[in-house]
Amino acid sequence: MLSPQITTLIDKELTKYPADQRQSAVMAALRFVQDEKGWIAPEDMADIAVYIGMPQMAVYEVATFYHMYNLKPMGRHTLTVCTNLSCQLCGSDDTVAHLHKRLGIGLGEVTADGKYGLREGECMGACVDAPILNIDNKQLRGRLTGEKIDQILAELDKQ
Amino acid sequence: MINIEIDGKQIQTENGATIIEAAHQAGITIPHFCYHKKLSIAANCRMCLVQVEKAPKPLPACATPVAEGMKVYTHSEQAVKAQKGVMEFLLVNHPLDCPICDQGGECMLQDMSVGYGGGNSRYQEEKRMVLGKDLGPLVSAEEMSRCINCTRCVRFGQEIAGQMELGQAFRGEHAEIMSFVSGTVDSELSGNMIDLCPVGALTSKPFRYKARSWELSRRRSVSAHDSLGSGLAVQTKNNRVLRVLPVENDDINECWLSDKDRFAYEGLNSADRLTKPMIKQDGKWQEVEWQVALEYAGNGLRHIASGAGAEQIGALATANSTLEELYLLQKLMRGIGSQNVDFRLRQSDFSADGKQQGAPWLGMSIADISRVDRFLVVGSFLRKDHPLLAARIRQAVKKGAQANIIHSVDDDLLMKVANKAIVAPDALVEMLTQVSKALAAEKQGQSASGEAAAIAKSLAGGERVVVLLGNFVQQHPQAAQLQALAQQIAALGNGKFGFLGEAANSVGGYLAQATPGAKGLNAASMLETPRKAYVLLNVEAELDCANPQQAMSALQAADTVIVLSAYKHHAMEYADVLLPVAPFTETSGTFVSTEGRVQSFKGAVKPLGEARPAWKVLRVLGNMLKLQGFDHDTSEAVRDEALNGVDVAAKLNNAIGGVEAKAAAATCGLQRVSEVPIYATDAVVRRSAPLQATADAETPQAWLHSDELKKLGIQPGTAVRVGQGQGSVLLIAAADDKLPRGVARVAAGHAATAALGAMFGTITVERA
Repeated sequence: MLSPQITTLIDKELTKYPADQRQSAVMAALRFVQDEKGWIAPEDMADIAVYIGMPQMAVYEVATFYHMYNLKPMGRHTLTVCTNLSCQLCGSDDTVAHLHKRLGIGLGEVTADGKYGLREGECMGACVDAPILNIDNKQLRGRLTGEKIDQILAELDKQ
Repeated sequence: MINIEIDGKQIQTENGATIIEAAHQAGITIPHFCYHKKLSIAANCRMCLVQVEKAPKPLPACATPVAEGMKVYTHSEQAVKAQKGVMEFLLVNHPLDCPICDQGGECMLQDMSVGYGGGNSRYQEEKRMVLGKDLGPLVSAEEMSRCINCTRCVRFGQEIAGQMELGQAFRGEHAEIMSFVSGTVDSELSGNMIDLCPVGALTSKPFRYKARSWELSRRRSVSAHDSLGSGLAVQTKNNRVLRVLPVENDDINECWLSDKDRFAYEGLNSADRLTKPMIKQDGKWQEVEWQVALEYAGNGLRHIASGAGAEQIGALATANSTLEELYLLQKLMRGIGSQNVDFRLRQSDFSADGKQQGAPWLGMSIADISRVDRFLVVGSFLRKDHPLLAARIRQAVKKGAQANIIHSVDDDLLMKVANKAIVAPDALVEMLTQVSKALAAEKQGQSASGEAAAIAKSLAGGERVVVLLGNFVQQHPQAAQLQALAQQIAALGNGKFGFLGEAANSVGGYLAQATPGAKGLNAASMLETPRKAYVLLNVEAELDCANPQQAMSALQAADTVIVLSAYKHHAMEYADVLLPVAPFTETSGTFVSTEGRVQSFKGAVKPLGEARPAWKVLRVLGNMLKLQGFDHDTSEAVRDEALNGVDVAAKLNNAIGGVEAKAAAATCGLQRVSEVPIYATDAVVRRSAPLQATADAETPQAWLHSDELKKLGIQPGTAVRVGQGQGSVLLIAAADDKLPRGVARVAAGHAATAALGAMFGTITVERA
């Protein structure tokens, strides 16, 4: 079941689109669920489909098309490392290696305590700061070094 | 009209057409995969790239509209280079497993790669692999690596079937066709996805690894399973039907086929086929020679006719028997002096007989359905009873027509319904009366509120109005009144009204005169006032009759029951002679579809074992009884005699007079609402294993409004005892809050409910 907070948010989103195009709100709806739970389960997609009034499969298509939707639990904080060309040239491999050393997990994995999940991402349009790291799809950190990553992890540990 | 040039050929085409449409009209082939004339344009396979003069790069012919003076080159150097490039890309991930692929020999990709593919591949890397999916008992998606992601199956679901069960999940190289959370594809039209799939990704599960397409011989036939008269291509090998495909006809089934028509053939050779004549002697069944069985049957009839009187003999046939069979059956009965013959086994109100001017039919052509702008569909389980007519109405609704529904259940029709009135069966007459009154008032500019007025308002706003009466109305105890009211509403709306015929020969039975006439007994009274002898043609009494209890007790009490059947079934309990007859694929015959189209077909295979076409059996029975006029050599001769001097078009007439609408007497207790489930309609379908494994064939449940369940103290999901008359059955209770209060929906025509009584009337539901 979608929480009342989520349905309120979806209702607000729906007012942005014509009444016969309710499915335009699907991306926002998926985002609300992910913000609340950290990931989107198939049951959530089915609930969104019923709430918005569109086929379940159409919700699934959207949820699987976009990379930023987590289709499995990805920990309390999802760290997404860009591995596209600019970041790669500037040392994204080192970022992944450092995170692996610190957290003990590789790409696509979650720490045993469920605190961190690590993902590989596509270009986020911030090559000027490469190599970059995206925290919870909300926050970008760039020009990463070992110390900087440790500092970020320390900040997140406190939260 | 505008002028364009394709490959140097001057073509006139409609403004707004695409290049591929214009080319196909002119007989020029453009290679394509994702384009399909009945589906929306996706332009995602890129196979149809062509060169257009002044365009800087090749354009997809399926998505490029024509323009005045456009010059298109489909086989220029640039076009062919582009097409070959696309083909190379399509083959990059394709497994090229043609030798073990069921599509081999009828594969668009295979054919096209002969024209545009390279002799060998430049691609050395690893191919992507897509896991197979389980989509249910009909559609096989075992080898999804073969998929070229044309999305035809997805668009078919969205646009024609009305429900999006398949979709393309993930993206780019990871994109794959799948269902939501490994669900099955349950649409009643799902088999069409197999035809649409241009490669071997979606194939027929029942046909899997049975034969190669070039080994099959192909015979044209007509579907025996619903009243549409869909064209079938029956494909056979070694005298066995191995597959059924649609024959395209835009005026009937377009290029589609319902799953029932497509997969019913699996029931043809079921284990309980009757392959030898049998007679019961001293309570034991014995296989005998035809001559013995026929003499036994003939003597039985002669004995009753000369003793108790010919009127003590009754004949019942199903409405999916051929015109020839029905004609000879009634001729035989009338020859021995009995008028008791009927094919309307599930009908309960025969008061229209004599007041009706002709054979009830659709009232219009099937193609005209697409041009209607206001529908009033009364009492129809539309999607299940008429899957392709439902699809046609769905298309009309998409183009702006309004669908209004009056019924006792509120199933999802997968289309936009403008207005609906869901009432108990005994309130249908009242509801139609109200609509009629409201429509009359509407015509005088008075508007009212309420369901009936909303429907009337919708009908009043249309130019081409049609009232369609479904199976539920035809089987209703007030059928004649409902028909008269439909006539009234159609007249007020300046429209037409018609019947969605129940079975393949619902019209043909009237043309064959397989009705009792003024002096005979109809199907219901023949069983109500039991006869001493019965002749049953294709009938499974406990499943095909309006009141199974009554039918069974009449048959069990009869002295002689002669059964002409393709299968061994419950008749073993009450019959005296079993004569094995051929199902529709093994005999020639004629069906008259609900739009009055007379379609004859030949047998696709030889009859199994010693089974014989029923028309031949009836002819020989006629000879044995020394009756005149039973010397036909062919089924065509029978047909020509049956239709000799009959103007079929003039015979089709729904007009009815002298029927007054009276509200039904108030009933107490629950009323039964019953449909015949989609895969329980006739003997062949009931024995098709793949169809019986679908979600639509699940054991019927007892559906009630949750308020009614609460009143009875029943939890949904628990067992309940459902009773009618002498019999009762155990079913699982289920809640459906869209049902009106005071009704229990319990399907008929199914073994699980065969012990119950009439399809309408009171029914009891209590905790088991």
